[in-house]
Amino acid sequence: MAPTTNKGGGPGAGLSTRVITTALLGVFLVYSLLPLFYLVVSATKDNDELFTSFGLWFSSFDLPANLRETFTRDDGVYLNWLWNTAYYSVTSAVGAAFISTIAGYAFAKYRFPGRIPLFAVILGSIMIPQTALVIPTYLLLSKIGLIDTPLAVILPSLVSPFGVYLMRVYAEQSVPDDLLNAARVDGAGELRIFWSVALRVLMPGFVTVLLLSFVATWNNYFLPLVVLSTPELYPLTVGLASWNSIASAGGGAQPLFPLVITGALVSILPIVVSFLFLQRFWQGGLTFGALKD
Amino acid sequence: MTVQTGEGRPSPEPKRPGVAARERRRRQLIIPYLFLLPFLVLFLLFLVLPLGYALGISVFADRLVGGTVFVGAENYVRAFTDPAFLGGVRRLLVYGVFQVPIMLGFALVLALVLDSGVTWFRTLFRLGFFLPYAVPSVVAALIWGYLYGQDFGPFAQLAGYLGLPAPDFLSENWILPSIANIVTWEFTGYNMIILYAALQAVPGELRDAGAVDGAKGWQIALYIKIPLILPALFLTVVFSIIGTLQLFNEPQLLQPLAPGAIGQAFSPNLYAYSLAFTNQQYEYSAAISFALGAVVVVCSYVFMLVTNRGEARG
Repeated sequence: MAPTTNKGGGPGAGLSTRVITTALLGVFLVYSLLPLFYLVVSATKDNDELFTSFGLWFSSFDLPANLRETFTRDDGVYLNWLWNTAYYSVTSAVGAAFISTIAGYAFAKYRFPGRIPLFAVILGSIMIPQTALVIPTYLLLSKIGLIDTPLAVILPSLVSPFGVYLMRVYAEQSVPDDLLNAARVDGAGELRIFWSVALRVLMPGFVTVLLLSFVATWNNYFLPLVVLSTPELYPLTVGLASWNSIASAGGGAQPLFPLVITGALVSILPIVVSFLFLQRFWQGGLTFGALKD
Repeated sequence: MTVQTGEGRPSPEPKRPGVAARERRRRQLIIPYLFLLPFLVLFLLFLVLPLGYALGISVFADRLVGGTVFVGAENYVRAFTDPAFLGGVRRLLVYGVFQVPIMLGFALVLALVLDSGVTWFRTLFRLGFFLPYAVPSVVAALIWGYLYGQDFGPFAQLAGYLGLPAPDFLSENWILPSIANIVTWEFTGYNMIILYAALQAVPGELRDAGAVDGAKGWQIALYIKIPLILPALFLTVVFSIIGTLQLFNEPQLLQPLAPGAIGQAFSPNLYAYSLAFTNQQYEYSAAISFALGAVVVVCSYVFMLVTNRGEARG
């Protein structure tokens, strides 16, 4: 890679500065990637090799066997977990993004009684720790018989006060009132204006909320751990943790460690790929949260 | 006074503009509520209602004699005098006082260096630093748990090759730094991206003005850039405080590996979880959840108050 010559570089960005800063960032890069490298290396080992070979380098190559075992163990329950995770994440993300977008748009583009206190309440609720809600949610859901169903994971994940805040800011900035008024003069109804005029302009913000909710649900552990008890309904996080506790309890007697490791590796691939390809949207969303305060 | 009856949907006779406008305004009034409806319903059901419900049952207690009885604030008095709960809060505060500044310090330095452009491979670094955020905290805790382990952890292996005693990262003395490391690993890149994005928005003229005045790179960073990204920095601190007090996944997952170091009340969330699902003390567990929520809100609020006052003075 050719060094870019002082592009926006500070003064005195000489060669030595460049070498030192690159080396420093390199050290942190090693720290960031080392555990992932370890995961990849370990996924290629069988249970014995995990204990006997050096952890940070390859020895035998048992990845195919590990993958086969991961996907077939307990009647292929891992495949269930993978499917459940995708199902919970996609439905939660699409739902949360849509609900937040239309709510944020309403706050940004309409003046109505109660608008200011309502928004203040929603903004304030961002401060409420989500995990403090998990046990109350469990108690409530068990009262209405929704416990141990997919809805117990999906419905609470649809509520994203932060998403509403982001979309309000985004709508205020990106949807011009003139555009809406022009559509009104043409006789379009409000719902139609939202659907075919505003939503198109709001798409980048919509995708950002979609991604944030997707990852939040994909990574969620506490809520599904508490509200689900049937292993076939688990998402990956809860499933892998259950395998890990069996493996740890047996002190490695049960050869489950390779499955936990291989399963963990497979579970992060979709998110990693989405990160690399959709990073523009990531930056967009996080910037919004940070700048508009 | 004209009485309008049964607003005939598509009126056959042409409306006077005044009526049409009024009709339009009336519909305009309903539309925003309609747009807010899905969110508000779910917000009520899954945020307000659980909170209210938790508050409701937290004023009851299960008694051997008399069943469930109203006890008023007793559970809260108990929570705020319960050494297990207070110990967990204190543990996390001590942990946060070290972990948050270290993590955000790294994030800020990395963001400043990337932004100043005095380095090669910027895109590679930015993506690499952000990648751990893509890893679920469950998986992160599992990986680090294995890395720390005495059985087949590489650190223990390295120590073994060198004939040194294996470091016990999961012992009582080391568990807090070990967990802090996992959280730092997960979230430094995330915070860095927030700060980096804020830095990219600093107008170029300001940097150039500094450069013309002969300011060094670190002086521009310290006196021009950092003050301009204070709102972003503030946001990362608030999010980190909230995250710290909610710590659950990492200790819960490391517990089987470190049963001696991580007790049932290691963090308030873990305590609430054990109370509800091991001891079946739902009422007290709800009170603990609520008390934790209060602690989080108070801590975030105190931080905002302190920094606001600082800004007003400065």
